[in-house]
Amino acid sequence: MTTLWVVILVTAVATAAIKAAGPVLLGGRRLPERLTAVVSMLAPALLAGLIVTQMLGREGRLTLDERLLGMAVAGIALVFRAHVLVAVVLAAVTVAIARQLL
Amino acid sequence: MLDINLRSPMSTDERHTSDGFAAGMRAGMPFALATILLGIYFGVLSQSLGWDAAASVLFSILTFSGSAQFAVAAVLGAGGGTMVAILAAVILNARFLPMGIAVAPYLKGGRWRRALEAQAVIDSSWALASRGNGRFDRAYLLGATAPQAVAWMGGTAVGVLIGDGIGDPNRLGLDMVFPVLFLTLLIGELKAGGRRAMVAAALAAIVAIALLPITAPGIPVLACCAAAMVGLYGRSTGAGS
Repeated sequence: MTTLWVVILVTAVATAAIKAAGPVLLGGRRLPERLTAVVSMLAPALLAGLIVTQMLGREGRLTLDERLLGMAVAGIALVFRAHVLVAVVLAAVTVAIARQLL
Repeated sequence: MLDINLRSPMSTDERHTSDGFAAGMRAGMPFALATILLGIYFGVLSQSLGWDAAASVLFSILTFSGSAQFAVAAVLGAGGGTMVAILAAVILNARFLPMGIAVAPYLKGGRWRRALEAQAVIDSSWALASRGNGRFDRAYLLGATAPQAVAWMGGTAVGVLIGDGIGDPNRLGLDMVFPVLFLTLLIGELKAGGRRAMVAAALAAIVAIALLPITAPGIPVLACCAAAMVGLYGRSTGAGS
């Protein structure tokens, strides 16, 4: 059990330190203009990366599977102005059905 | 550009209300609902690995990071060592470094108060609180994280108590919830950020696809941050005021 506790405590401290590093180093200072320009593009870049890895990643491999079908259904629902939560449910149901059948 | 209805808890209308915390909480609710189930799953999984119940719950309270915690469980469950487990978690969470730098100027108080507030940075809340041109809404960030924190910690506790029996929630398609919600946030960013945002997102997607098969989990998303460098080119709208 000692291994587990060491991993938990070190992971917790490391995660907190990673999140805290920016604020501790910067305090309340504004970022330099050039860095702000980069930061302004961080959200689209990170979101795209998160979507791709969660859609196509599986155990360290690129995988095309039922998740893409679910995403397509959600995309179509959004184009037809469905509420975001409706799109989420449609995507989940599509994937759940596909996993039952396949 | 697609005309997509974003009238949701995360609609732009609500973004500038004075009560940002409450609006943030509402925006965080869909994420929180999915997080409860993931938390239960984590609790159950950790029990199946023979973890001390207190360790599982404390892990969720202290680290509050689904991706890192599932990675640790996977590594230890497969008989991996202490260092491998810690390294996997650190790599997965390394993206919080640039995200923390981004929000730092918008938090409140001195360095340590800001460092404490930055603990509320998680993918969903950070993206929800993004206001374009590199600006962030602090109250919205804190509000969006609050229900998700309760959901993750509470879910883990429930899972530990249940011990077994709910099975893999992905059989219900739960793994679609975050990507679809992230997609709606991305569409909002693309609308606000124009062509540069589209280039950044496209580059990031290419980087992620290229690195996914050849790097450790966490590296692709971290490397995507480099795509934000397009912000340095062709600054047509200026970089904030």
